[in-house]
Amino acid sequence: MSVEFIYPEFEVVRNKDRCIACRVCERQCANEVHKYDKDRGVLISDESKCVDCQRCVSLCPTRALKIIKSDCTLKENANWKNDTIKEIYKQANSGGVLLSSMGNPNPLPVYWDKILINASQVTNPPIDPLREPMETRVFLGKKNEKVTRDENGNLKCKLPPQIELSMPVMFSAMSYGSISYNAHESLARAATELGILYNTGEGGLHEDFYCYGENTIVQVASGRFGVHKDYLEAGRAVEIKMGQGAKPGIGGHLPGTKIVGDVSRTRMIPEGSDAISPAPHHDIYSIEDLRQLVFSLKEATEYKKPVIVKVAAVHNIAAIASGIARSGADIIAIDGFRGGTGAAPTRIRDNVGIPIELALASVDQRLRDEGIRNNVSLVVGGSIRSASDVVKAIALGADACYVATAALLALGCHLCRTCQTGKCNWGIATQRPDLVKRLNPNVGSERLVRLMTAWKHEIKELMGGMGINSIEALRGNRLMLRGVGLNTRELAILGISHAGE
Amino acid sequence: MNINAKNVDYKDLNEEIRNVQGDCTVSECLGQRFMAAGMSDKTITVTGIPGNALGAYLNGAVIEVMGNAQDAVGDTMNDGEIIIHGNIGDAAGYAMRGGKIFVKGNAGYRAGIHMKAYKEKKPCIVIGGKAGSFLGEYQAGGTIIVLGLCDDTGSDIVGNYPSTGMHGGKMYLRSDCKNIEFPGQVSVKKATAEDLKEIEEDIIKFCEHFECDVNEILNSEFTIVTPDSKNPYKQMYVAN
Repeated sequence: MSVEFIYPEFEVVRNKDRCIACRVCERQCANEVHKYDKDRGVLISDESKCVDCQRCVSLCPTRALKIIKSDCTLKENANWKNDTIKEIYKQANSGGVLLSSMGNPNPLPVYWDKILINASQVTNPPIDPLREPMETRVFLGKKNEKVTRDENGNLKCKLPPQIELSMPVMFSAMSYGSISYNAHESLARAATELGILYNTGEGGLHEDFYCYGENTIVQVASGRFGVHKDYLEAGRAVEIKMGQGAKPGIGGHLPGTKIVGDVSRTRMIPEGSDAISPAPHHDIYSIEDLRQLVFSLKEATEYKKPVIVKVAAVHNIAAIASGIARSGADIIAIDGFRGGTGAAPTRIRDNVGIPIELALASVDQRLRDEGIRNNVSLVVGGSIRSASDVVKAIALGADACYVATAALLALGCHLCRTCQTGKCNWGIATQRPDLVKRLNPNVGSERLVRLMTAWKHEIKELMGGMGINSIEALRGNRLMLRGVGLNTRELAILGISHAGE
Repeated sequence: MNINAKNVDYKDLNEEIRNVQGDCTVSECLGQRFMAAGMSDKTITVTGIPGNALGAYLNGAVIEVMGNAQDAVGDTMNDGEIIIHGNIGDAAGYAMRGGKIFVKGNAGYRAGIHMKAYKEKKPCIVIGGKAGSFLGEYQAGGTIIVLGLCDDTGSDIVGNYPSTGMHGGKMYLRSDCKNIEFPGQVSVKKATAEDLKEIEEDIIKFCEHFECDVNEILNSEFTIVTPDSKNPYKQMYVAN
């Protein structure tokens, strides 16, 4: 073999006793791993093309297949691991920038897993959500600083526009183009049924989905794809994307191969042309400039839509958030460094940004210290994996969470992390019609509704255990959290005590 | 109907403009931002100086400014027309996706960044004077025309780094462009009669607005800049 050879990462194990040569695996694999050998009447595999998406495994009627990690190993050591060495080979072979998908896979600390939640014992008894009402509704938007009354003593209730959510979770931005029509439809329909919002991402809004507008956040990013008056008016809120947790500081390129048909029309760029989102908004170089974009959007929508500004969690996030809170934005969305992506340079994804837990805690504290916390709501994302992550985020100071990877998993994603190829066998991160139709929006939206309904129950149970019956009473309630195995600096930033204290 | 903008806040001014039935004039404008943002149904004639983001997300309305305008004219404009009888500031026509902007004088930095086009929607910016640096950066579609009329400085028709990252659309510069450095991914040629035919209509409109001689403009040498590739970043990556 040549110097360019890299041993395949996975092995396809086919149980010959079980295989009935029905060729389902061959038809299901867009990567063309499986092939029928007519002469011998058996299926053979080219594991070098396998991405371990588990499609063939899941659909094999006789359970004859499994994919395992290859044990063919390089002589690795703690410094030069298999992946590190292979990345060098790939770059020496191609001269290219390494491109990966989904969130940061490295073993950096997941603070959610080092934070524990309180429960009531003896005094302040727990509440049983099965027999007592629990409030999981939240309202996102700028709140008035104080209660005011008119001359008759009646409350003045004029609030800036608010978003009502049935639970403190939304589906975060994934563009039409990076994911499929059926994936968008599943998200839109599930959000509508659940009384939450989904987010168009920066690829515009397909005309078929305008009917879900009340449950849609429309995004405006540096490429301004698909942004026009009707689009802005269609959504419940407008989000300005300044950054993304998976790739802070850089823009995005949706390759021309994905700019086909309706994607091209929705983005308003010709078929086959790359969709390039520049790293900066070229008209934003300061908080004042951001304020200008915020208010141009408010003017265009006649002050009826809350404006969200989404940024990646980076080193000076507290100061940045303080600026955004003064820019006229109604909501700040912060995306942590484990957030997913359809494609990002590996080095950026794995090395840039900070954990969302620390970012959230420092932003919430900073805004409180400056007396501007009520100017904005805080939404956090960047790997919220479960109801307990949501509860911890709320207790650290978030108003709501963004989830995307978990939503994709519900749709069938098996986290093979090769979205960038456009050959998603589960019909999610692809524009190939034969693959897209594998994701049935009826099934997809149902699965999302089930997932979120389950989370809602869990949120209620966790809240009830703490003796709290409303999300409002949990928000920023850091006394409900304790750290384990964290040093004093980490505890100080998180604003929590160590377990046992 | 006339709206006097003196001492009127931009929010109130826009509300007044929005509520006017039919066409209107806005006089004594002094820096009010976001004027006519997203509007679709009227002709607005402005005296004085409108503020930043004039005609942002414009959706079919016509705005004529009798003097200068500031930054971000026609930001993300979708349809309609903006006519400026003076100079404009930076970032005009950012991410414009339809409609036309005519400027009699000069444009600042970063005009026409990330302009788009799709089928019948083809935005166009015509700059009568000169343009600043970064003209048409990331241009993805549409037409940018710079005429370099009324030149009394002898400077180049466009500043540094025009058409960086350009991957669609066309740029016409009425100059031989011999001193201008273009990036590698665009092709720079002398415009043929056929090329000029494509912009004739826009030049005629420009001349109608600002009373110039069509033939004099069209009979001069133009340089046309087009992208070599629709996928300028394709080769940069390797799957990991």
